[in-house]
Amino acid sequence: MDTLIVHVLGSLLYASVLFLIAGGLSLIYGVMRIVNLAHGNLYAFGAYVSAWAVGVMAARWPTGVLYALLPMGAVAAAGLGAILEPTLLRPFYRRAEEYQLLVTFGLLLILDDLMRFLWGPYPLSASQLYETFGSLSIGETIYPNYNLMVIAVGALAALGIWAFVYKTQFGVILRATSQNMRMASALGINVNRVYVQAFTLGCFMAGLGGAIIVPSQGAVLGMGVDALIMAFVVVVIGGLGSLEGALVGALLVGVVREIGITLFPEIELAVLYLMAAVVLLIRPAGLFGRP
Amino acid sequence: MSAIPLPPSRLLGGAVLIVVALAILPWVVEPYQTTLLSYGLVMAIAALGFNLLLGYTGLLSFGHSAYFGVGAYAVAMTVKYFKVTSLEAFVVVGIMAAAAISALFGFVCVRYTRIFFGILTMALSQVLWSLAFKFYNVTGGSDGLRVPTPSLLGTHIAPGEDKMTYLAHRYYYYVLGIFVVCTALMWVIVHSPFGKALQAIRDNETRAEFVGVQVRHYRWVAFLVSGTYTGLAGALWVPLNGLTTPDILHWTFSGEIVFFTVLGGFGTFTGPIVGAIVFNYLKTFAVGYTVYWQGFLGVVLVTLVLALPTGIMGMVGRLLQKRQKAPAA
Repeated sequence: MDTLIVHVLGSLLYASVLFLIAGGLSLIYGVMRIVNLAHGNLYAFGAYVSAWAVGVMAARWPTGVLYALLPMGAVAAAGLGAILEPTLLRPFYRRAEEYQLLVTFGLLLILDDLMRFLWGPYPLSASQLYETFGSLSIGETIYPNYNLMVIAVGALAALGIWAFVYKTQFGVILRATSQNMRMASALGINVNRVYVQAFTLGCFMAGLGGAIIVPSQGAVLGMGVDALIMAFVVVVIGGLGSLEGALVGALLVGVVREIGITLFPEIELAVLYLMAAVVLLIRPAGLFGRP
Repeated sequence: MSAIPLPPSRLLGGAVLIVVALAILPWVVEPYQTTLLSYGLVMAIAALGFNLLLGYTGLLSFGHSAYFGVGAYAVAMTVKYFKVTSLEAFVVVGIMAAAAISALFGFVCVRYTRIFFGILTMALSQVLWSLAFKFYNVTGGSDGLRVPTPSLLGTHIAPGEDKMTYLAHRYYYYVLGIFVVCTALMWVIVHSPFGKALQAIRDNETRAEFVGVQVRHYRWVAFLVSGTYTGLAGALWVPLNGLTTPDILHWTFSGEIVFFTVLGGFGTFTGPIVGAIVFNYLKTFAVGYTVYWQGFLGVVLVTLVLALPTGIMGMVGRLLQKRQKAPAA
């Protein structure tokens, strides 16, 4: 029983972070039909900014206050997104998908090296935040409290984004633009502005994912590329462009990964990629996507 | 309709001139330069295959690292388990392994087009990457597998002979020979009725279907040929590099293949060849010059798609057209 609880928590932990990354990716695809290959780098950027901010202020501020610095990563990622969309991506909406993929692939290479340039080749850590939270024991296992907070943030984010998209006027505009950009534009909606806002929101989610995971895992080069592929698996399973799909996909991937790591660690990743391939074959639009 | 379409004589003459120049090259330049060009030619074979899908069939694969890697790993495992070190065997094994995998993956992938095709190819290539990464006993994990310098047509490297000169001369000619055969074959393929059918599918799938082209079957064959070319490139690459690691199976390497095909220009036959060779020099230069070579290549890529979407050969073609028009005007 105790082991089961630990495994469930492990699945939820992974699913929370994954939902934040994949949800952003899916939101951006849903609204502007662009697959952002650099999305994982925004997650990494969030992690780096948070770790850097915590590192700089660690000596001056008490540890409790340092938690307030974590959201900086999410804000920074959102800011970066708000700059990138109008300058780099906007010229590509009218062009073939190939070019959109290529330009975001180029962006991936640039952002990867930008982080290497800014923060050097070594990992940054903010582990003091992880440790001061303490831990509780579940049966014989010691479980860090911080992970519970990550799960809570993931759940709150899911709730928040749902309320945002389905209960606010901005959400209505967003969904209208997503369903029919021309019609929305004809009805007087400033589509360009909606695009910037949606992209910024997507990047904010990715950055938040990076910011909350950095105390436990640190920020390393290459984390973005790995995260992107897992986010792809999630959105392919859930359906590109669907937020519900991203949530269900993240939970599914979280559970399968936890089972995989415990029972068949050697083919755990292969199983996840195969899962995505199988879903694509049976339901190319994903479990929740519209065809 | 003649069975084999022949290129116009002017083009053939130009091609012969280029091949002669490439054949003389090892006698003129340093061995290092020749080895670098060998890498370029190997990548050009991969790009030729890749472009059959992107340029001629209109399918963007983000998983061609799979076939390149399968070619390379098939060779490395032949060395590991059968102690075979002949390049002829490498080529045969690489082609067979890549053909088998691309037949299987292709069968699955060609049901979809556009972004779904791209993601599906990427997901399948990542399956192979994770297996190569995790099965340490078989693949050597992230350490990879070593591959010794093979014998060419039964002749081994002489006991005192420098590996660099061996690779720069005899191996180079071997690669050049295969490259010429591959290019000629690809020329025939894209100008054959089959190639025309692929272009018809690319331009308008519905119409192609309407005039009786079996779209899915044709796409599958194109995928098979494309993957096999890329696998052959992998098999030729691994003795040059001496080592194969999971990096060449990772999707970012697929991105590199896309990159150099677009750099050369995927709308032309020669574009991918030029792109692969130029990219190889560009990357070598950037790696030697700065630790931020990846960012440099990213800037090149973004500038390219913004300012020069038809690639190098597309631009050359436009300039030539302008020059031809100028006297008449």
